[in-house]
Amino acid sequence: MTEGGKGTMEPYTVPTAPFRPGDEADFGGPWKEQPGDLSRPDPVTCEASETHDHAHGLVRVLGDDDTASGAWNPELDAETLIKGLELMMRLRIFDDRMIKMQRTGKLSFYMRSLGEEAIAIAQTMALDDTDWIFPSYRQPGAQFVRGRDMVSMICHCIGNTEDNIRGRQMPVHYSWKEGYFISISSPVGTQFSQAVGVAMASAYKGDDQATITWVGDGTSAQGDYHYGLNFASVFKPPVILNVVNNQWAISTHRNVATGGENFAARGLAYGIPSFRVDGNDFLALYSVTKWARERARAGKGATHIEVYTYRAGGHSSSDDPSIYRPGDESECWPGGDPVDRLKKHLIEIGAWTEKKDEKLAQQIDDEVMAAYKEACTFGDLANGPYPPASTIFTEVYETVPWHVQEQREELGK
Amino acid sequence: MTEMNMIQSLNSALDSLLDKHDNVVIFGEDVGYFGGVFRVTSGLQEKHGKHRVFDAPLAEGGIAAIAFGMGLNGLRPVAEIQFADYIFPAYDQIVNEIAKLRHRSGGEFSTPVTIRTPAGGGIKGGHHHSQSPEAQFTHTPGLKVVYCSNPRNAKGLLTSAIECNDPVIFFEPKRCYRGPFYGDPHNVPTWKGHEDGDVPEGYYALPLEEARVVREGSACTVISWGTMVHVAQKGIEESGIDAELIDLQTLLPWDRDTVVNSVNKTGRCVIVHEAPKTSGFGAEMSASIQERCFWHLEAPIERVTGWDTPFPHTTEWDYLPSPGRIAAAIKKTQEV
Repeated sequence: MTEGGKGTMEPYTVPTAPFRPGDEADFGGPWKEQPGDLSRPDPVTCEASETHDHAHGLVRVLGDDDTASGAWNPELDAETLIKGLELMMRLRIFDDRMIKMQRTGKLSFYMRSLGEEAIAIAQTMALDDTDWIFPSYRQPGAQFVRGRDMVSMICHCIGNTEDNIRGRQMPVHYSWKEGYFISISSPVGTQFSQAVGVAMASAYKGDDQATITWVGDGTSAQGDYHYGLNFASVFKPPVILNVVNNQWAISTHRNVATGGENFAARGLAYGIPSFRVDGNDFLALYSVTKWARERARAGKGATHIEVYTYRAGGHSSSDDPSIYRPGDESECWPGGDPVDRLKKHLIEIGAWTEKKDEKLAQQIDDEVMAAYKEACTFGDLANGPYPPASTIFTEVYETVPWHVQEQREELGK
Repeated sequence: MTEMNMIQSLNSALDSLLDKHDNVVIFGEDVGYFGGVFRVTSGLQEKHGKHRVFDAPLAEGGIAAIAFGMGLNGLRPVAEIQFADYIFPAYDQIVNEIAKLRHRSGGEFSTPVTIRTPAGGGIKGGHHHSQSPEAQFTHTPGLKVVYCSNPRNAKGLLTSAIECNDPVIFFEPKRCYRGPFYGDPHNVPTWKGHEDGDVPEGYYALPLEEARVVREGSACTVISWGTMVHVAQKGIEESGIDAELIDLQTLLPWDRDTVVNSVNKTGRCVIVHEAPKTSGFGAEMSASIQERCFWHLEAPIERVTGWDTPFPHTTEWDYLPSPGRIAAAIKKTQEV
């Protein structure tokens, strides 16, 4: 039954990743899709069918020559662009520092956003400050946009006495109500359909709040992804539904998540306007998200977005991608690097220099180190102090019931 | 016999069954090329072919449903759910479909699915990489539920689970993949040199539904499964009491005779599990033991369990039953 064995035909198709260690990754050269290829329909009147080309093409703004053009150019001023660059750099430098801490035993676990920094940063910048963020573990960067204190974030990752979720979840599973950033859960995809409920509640209450959520290409195989699209299709609440197609779900290539080539176009079957966006193009991501926000504000319902990108790092600190993909595959990605591309654009328009960039990177690194040191004053991983054992028993219910109280007394801490 | 850790012994069981039975297929998230996030299926795709060992889409409900269908139509599917915490999207397929097919069809159809899943705490996994949801499945007629504790019984029991014509949920204590765990996170041995790290090569089966007496004793019966077998062993040492230790191995249907005979002999009983206390499998055992052993019991049955709270991250050593808590419970049974 194996190839070359009893027969030459596989009994059913088991996809193989296009490139494995030892192969030369080749994505077919630069994108064929160019900025200016696609129109920008009216977000209020747009029907799903009008986005057929957008779901099958690729929305781009930043060209290969680092200039911005086309109908989707959001025409952002230099100050906003520099802010975006600074936030992406902050996320990357923060992640670098944290992964180093993990490697030296100072954090138990970590997950980086490497190569995907533009997603959480550009998309959150395109929203109102009080819109709900319902992230997966790959969008902690949204917190930087909303100004969360890095000390607080690191305290959570250590799980020390100042962890606002009291050492209850693994690192990177942030929760930050003040920033409208909803608690991250490990089971993948659950947030996607829940976000539709959050958006329905906003509509019910008459709040002008949209909800944004993300899943990965792998997770789009889960029922929750399809529940979310279907409920959004029926009830048309103000929600922005993203599939981050970063090519990999741990070791599993996206060709196991779908037998088709395209994630965005699935939304069309649900009657939801759908876009495929270059996920390493800060401006395109910002612009499409702004479009979706305008549509949500007009009461016209959901937008479905495939964010087309590449997971440049491992799935997590527990993962070693060199076992299952070529080591240089990310460097071959035609979309390049999101931070580098925005930097080059800013230099191209004369608003930025390499010297300023280096200075800013150093400044951020110093801030991250200072934040890490301050966070450790509330307890480090090796020595604590940690949240007291009594926190095991609190907030299980609104008030502690008798049986939980008895167990707390039995532990005696 | 070969020295193996639990990952190697599980791999060896799967390898031998792929060799022995043409209809065994293995799938789950990352189990194919990569060989699983815990490497239990490492090398099997390369050796046995990609249609026999393959990556599934990231959808536990789909994985269980595909297993149902394959098993119904003559295959012997072995599905991996990457962490037991992620089994719940598959719960409907397991509880309402896989478990009930034989009964609902008047015996016309059945599906010999095995679902392997790493379970339990002790790896700093927080809420969603630490739970031990055996009781959610022991409450489901039609399933068999197995919980291995060492490399040897992991291999022997997995072999029998896969060859069993009823569906089996097979829990693997991930804390013990690379070594036994005695409750001290700062002193974690490997399986090297442990008698249960000596595992037969090739085909090797151990019977389901039989408990294992780990240590004979006269003063108290301690019953456990998974990682807690080793922690209980340490707890018995700390107590200084001559307790008998039973590794239950199969939870549904469980080996009542071995347990009842032991409790009738010792007159005292402590049940240890890491899952929460309320409606944990210890509750079922305690009820059954008092039904059968009431006139032999010298003290109330004690349960040492995880607390009735979500599993924590930072404070997991205060959550899991410790040797100290187990020793205290054993001593308490002696005070009456």
